[in-house]
Amino acid sequence: MQAKRTIFPNKILPYMLLVPQLAVTLIFFIWPALQAVKSSFELADSWGFQTTFVWFENYRRLFVDPNYFASVGKTAIFAFSVTALSMSLSLILAVAVNRVLRTNRLYTTLLVWPYAVAPVVVGILWWFMFNPTIGIASYLLRAAGVDWNHRMDGNDAMILVIIAASWKQISYNFLFFVAGLQSVPQSLIEAAAIDGAGPFKRFWTIVFPLLSPTTFFLLIVNMNYAMFDTFGIIDATTQGGPAQATNTLVYKVYTDGFLGQNIGSSSAQSVVLMIVVIALTAIQFRYVERRVQY
Amino acid sequence: MASIDISGVKKVYAGGVTAIHDLDLAIPDGELVVLVGPSGCGKSTLLRMIAGLEAISEGTISIDGIVVNAKEPAERDIAMVFQNYALYPHMTVRGNLEYGLKNRGTPRDEIDRRVTEAARILEIEPFLDRRPRQLSGGQRQRVAMGRAIVRQPKAFLFDEPLSNLDAKLRGQMRIEIKRLQRNLATTSVYVTHDQLEAMTLADRLVVMNAGRIEQVGAPIALYERPATLFVAGFIGSPPMNLIDVDYLRDKGALTLPEGTDLVGIRPDTIQLAAPEGPHVVLSAIVELYEPIGGESHLHMRLEGSGQLIVAAVPARTAVTEGARATLHVSIADLHPFNQKTGRRTD
Repeated sequence: MQAKRTIFPNKILPYMLLVPQLAVTLIFFIWPALQAVKSSFELADSWGFQTTFVWFENYRRLFVDPNYFASVGKTAIFAFSVTALSMSLSLILAVAVNRVLRTNRLYTTLLVWPYAVAPVVVGILWWFMFNPTIGIASYLLRAAGVDWNHRMDGNDAMILVIIAASWKQISYNFLFFVAGLQSVPQSLIEAAAIDGAGPFKRFWTIVFPLLSPTTFFLLIVNMNYAMFDTFGIIDATTQGGPAQATNTLVYKVYTDGFLGQNIGSSSAQSVVLMIVVIALTAIQFRYVERRVQY
Repeated sequence: MASIDISGVKKVYAGGVTAIHDLDLAIPDGELVVLVGPSGCGKSTLLRMIAGLEAISEGTISIDGIVVNAKEPAERDIAMVFQNYALYPHMTVRGNLEYGLKNRGTPRDEIDRRVTEAARILEIEPFLDRRPRQLSGGQRQRVAMGRAIVRQPKAFLFDEPLSNLDAKLRGQMRIEIKRLQRNLATTSVYVTHDQLEAMTLADRLVVMNAGRIEQVGAPIALYERPATLFVAGFIGSPPMNLIDVDYLRDKGALTLPEGTDLVGIRPDTIQLAAPEGPHVVLSAIVELYEPIGGESHLHMRLEGSGQLIVAAVPARTAVTEGARATLHVSIADLHPFNQKTGRRTD
């Protein structure tokens, strides 16, 4: 079959149509990225007047800095917890909706709303609820005998950002899981029921394996989200504190670069993150190409 | 091995739509019963109620003398072959066959023995370690059958199992299903909308329409003596010609039962040469001569009424399109009906 093509009589027009998008990409993505790579090889003096080219000095310092490895550890805990919590909760919700309401779209629509909330607003929302003095959640926790204070206690702070970040991501995961569940043919589940498998067994031996492409896709997306897309939430709730307890890699780029004015180290950190993103994306693309595995 | 008894069964959906009206049917042990009817007649719903995949609104279904209304599909000890086969795509053929046995805690050596046996019967041994997507339609069909027979259930339920196959394969599989069912002598319920499949497979044929049973009987008995107009039109291809009784009044010495207003004539009982014994004589103009191979179909318009009728005549019958044909039908081959009740009058 021949592909349908549009022929432009004017040779310049197609380029004109591409210019706005290309300009945005170049100015806001490519150029800053290149600047970051350049800065990561430079060291500025204390006054910021002069920069010297220092090769990999920034990277070398980074990889012997115990603070950096502390942040890597915090990020790992944070990303793993957010991914596990939001994916498992959204899978439970999706299964519940799929079971009860095969046709009703109302619940689906309602459950999608949190995704539309801006990260900073999500952060403030949870910050209010868990505020040690005025928050309803910390009030209830205190009534239950838990002395909640995320301003003082690093663990409390970590739990708070994990809850806030997971809550926002549940909607996204939920949508994909619902779509995945809907594409599992009903007759397979019926065949398994006749084959003597109870509801729990049917889920683990038939439905869950058939969801594995969706699950893997979401695993990558959620790791990406937790590691790189949670700046707003952390900034609005804990600002990396207390005592670096929630200072994830992305937030550390900001604190070191913009607050600490250590542009060289901050740039080196963002280049490292860039490489991680590229690696994750490569895995994702490789997998998406061979999506149907069974 | 078991009998299935359906008594006073009704299916009413949440919206108030009644899919099955007060249905009774007894299937003795070892019989192959075919439910046939147009789409939406309730045949699949009935099968799914026997399987336990649909709730029974009223009445009871018993398998082997035990009422199963409240039992889960797994507890009914039946096996079902689905239209789309419903093979587990992430398991090998062997995995598919073993799944039901493993769930029931069958010992390992017993599982192996039964899987080997089923694979041998269905000739799927070479594919045991493949995934369903690596198989052709016919092979998948065999695996679906295999999954049913390894379980050695009380009954087989078939939900249009051949409708996804091409015509040639469908014919082969039909014969295999029949042979398999004969050998295993397992009570079977088979749903189809294909009347050829229904006629050839059934020990007993159940014709359904709009949630009710129209007629139950041996396939050939239904063909030779349809009880209702619906069965007359549904069984047989090309379908029975239905002619107004008034048109036939002066065409021969008719003695029809009281209340007859419509007369059915099977296309293959229309003869060009006059038969012995009492018969009616019709004349018609041949519009189309359709050679099928073993026989030919004549599409004709009756003189006087202009009604279209079809006759099945031996191949190479010398007829030209546009010419007049004289048709003969033995009185014994007429099927008298009443249009209002839809029932046979003799």
